[in-house]
Amino acid sequence: MDALPARLDVARIREDFPILSTQVRGKKLVFLDSGASAQKPRAVIEAMTRCMETAYANVHRGAYHLSEVATANFEAAREAAQRFLGAATPEEIVFTRNSTEAFNLVAHSFGRALLKRGQVVLVSEMEHHANLVPWQMLRDAGLGIGLRFIRVTDAGELDLDDYARHLAQGDVGLVSVTHMSNVLGTVTPAARIARMAHEAGARVMFDGSQAAVHRAVDVRAIDADFYAFTGHKLYGPTGIGVLYGKRELLDAMPPFQGGGDMIETVTLEHSTWAAPPARFEPGTPAIIEAAGLLAAIEYVNTIGMEAIEAHERALVEHASATLAQVPGLTLLGSAQDRGGVFAFSLDVAHPHDLSTFLDRRGICVRAGRHCAEPLHARFGLEGGTSRASFGLYTTAEEIDALAEALVAARKFFA
Amino acid sequence: MTGQAAGFEELRDLYQEVILDHGRKPRNHFRMEVFDASARGDNPMCGDRVELFLALADGHISKASFIGRGCAISQASASLLTELVPGLTPDAARAMGARLREMAKTGARDDSTPALERLSALSGVHEFPSRVKCATLAWHALDAALDGSKEASSE
Repeated sequence: MDALPARLDVARIREDFPILSTQVRGKKLVFLDSGASAQKPRAVIEAMTRCMETAYANVHRGAYHLSEVATANFEAAREAAQRFLGAATPEEIVFTRNSTEAFNLVAHSFGRALLKRGQVVLVSEMEHHANLVPWQMLRDAGLGIGLRFIRVTDAGELDLDDYARHLAQGDVGLVSVTHMSNVLGTVTPAARIARMAHEAGARVMFDGSQAAVHRAVDVRAIDADFYAFTGHKLYGPTGIGVLYGKRELLDAMPPFQGGGDMIETVTLEHSTWAAPPARFEPGTPAIIEAAGLLAAIEYVNTIGMEAIEAHERALVEHASATLAQVPGLTLLGSAQDRGGVFAFSLDVAHPHDLSTFLDRRGICVRAGRHCAEPLHARFGLEGGTSRASFGLYTTAEEIDALAEALVAARKFFA
Repeated sequence: MTGQAAGFEELRDLYQEVILDHGRKPRNHFRMEVFDASARGDNPMCGDRVELFLALADGHISKASFIGRGCAISQASASLLTELVPGLTPDAARAMGARLREMAKTGARDDSTPALERLSALSGVHEFPSRVKCATLAWHALDAALDGSKEASSE
């Protein structure tokens, strides 16, 4: 087996993740489902505990020391997210529950208030349901807003010619596409997509749920209007996600949900809205989760996104070569630029049978359609696929273990 | 490799030879042209699908067939169903489905009749909570077909 570049000390990193040294049914855990949700380093676990043990109070309201500390910590998480994405100001960072809520927020607020009758939202065939269903709901809201789809090529890449044809129709108000497919691993040319959208007078939103974990993201270099990612895939906690929005857009957008913390003045009859980001964060936010997210961002920053990316490129190369050796295995997609997500089918075993088989060896992969049913239909795989996805703690040995188990599964089921 | 053998053995509780056999070569796997009752069963979460066709004569199920897609468990269960329910009254067929659901829940075999003994091959799903719905899908479709519904889900 080829050694990975010594950019990243994986053995050392694995020690940071308590769960990775546990066993499943007496077998060493081989966790290859980080694309669904990543495991948590001790730094994140401890930061959340520390928040509750030493610095916990509600934020943005108490005029006492503990609340001020809690507020400062909460806002420090926002600033960390700002720097992580390369945003200009912390006011451009809205905390959400997850990426899904970010899409719902933009669909509801930007979509209803700023898109015009006759305009169209353009998504691709490879979107996660989170970046599809909110737009279907917007289309069906009776506002005269349409929804169209950019084709995906057989290689699993965005068909940029088809994209250009849609834009040329002159009715596209918003393009919302993934920055990295959660099924195909395809990394999309975000800066080019944004430039084309802007030249056609459209705004552009990216689903960074996968990409932000695997690559350094710079929303200003991309020139994204909106960008979403979620904490739990970035080694942080569940319950917190981030929506980046350009300041002038957030300023122009009405609230998504009403409640405390998002208002300026309230009378019994009317309220006026607070400025962003508070306008979009009604109610008590995810205070403890923000502490965890801050720790997660600091954790990946300490390792370095470039080192993480290099490690994962090596893993992708290794997996491409290794999985290609498994008889009867078909990989879904063959994009030039791809991250550590591999969906595949095995000729003799259904994904669920395969998943059960692998589970008995301690190997966790996802089976099904990975919240991307239309994409599976596009490739004629309505029954779903298996998916192995990598994190910064994934090793080449784990990929070898998967390949070996797949060969065994083929013997078992054939 | 010892680990491999051990893994196989554990899995044999779930994937007994009869399951693998029916999964690979499903019996009565065709769309019936003329039928008296039919229903489709879907597992929306995993995409498993079974479409069941029944012919009835003299108050009994005379023929059963299915088409579908999905894992070995769901397809084997449907295949077994089409072999086991002909000759039964609708009520007896429903009762057999209830026995299967019971076995899947408790893991207890029922060897009291040859038919139930064959069905007991599916009792192994008990150890695999996420797979119980695979085993019961066709039997939900059976109930739906006999009730005159068009669709069933085991979610």
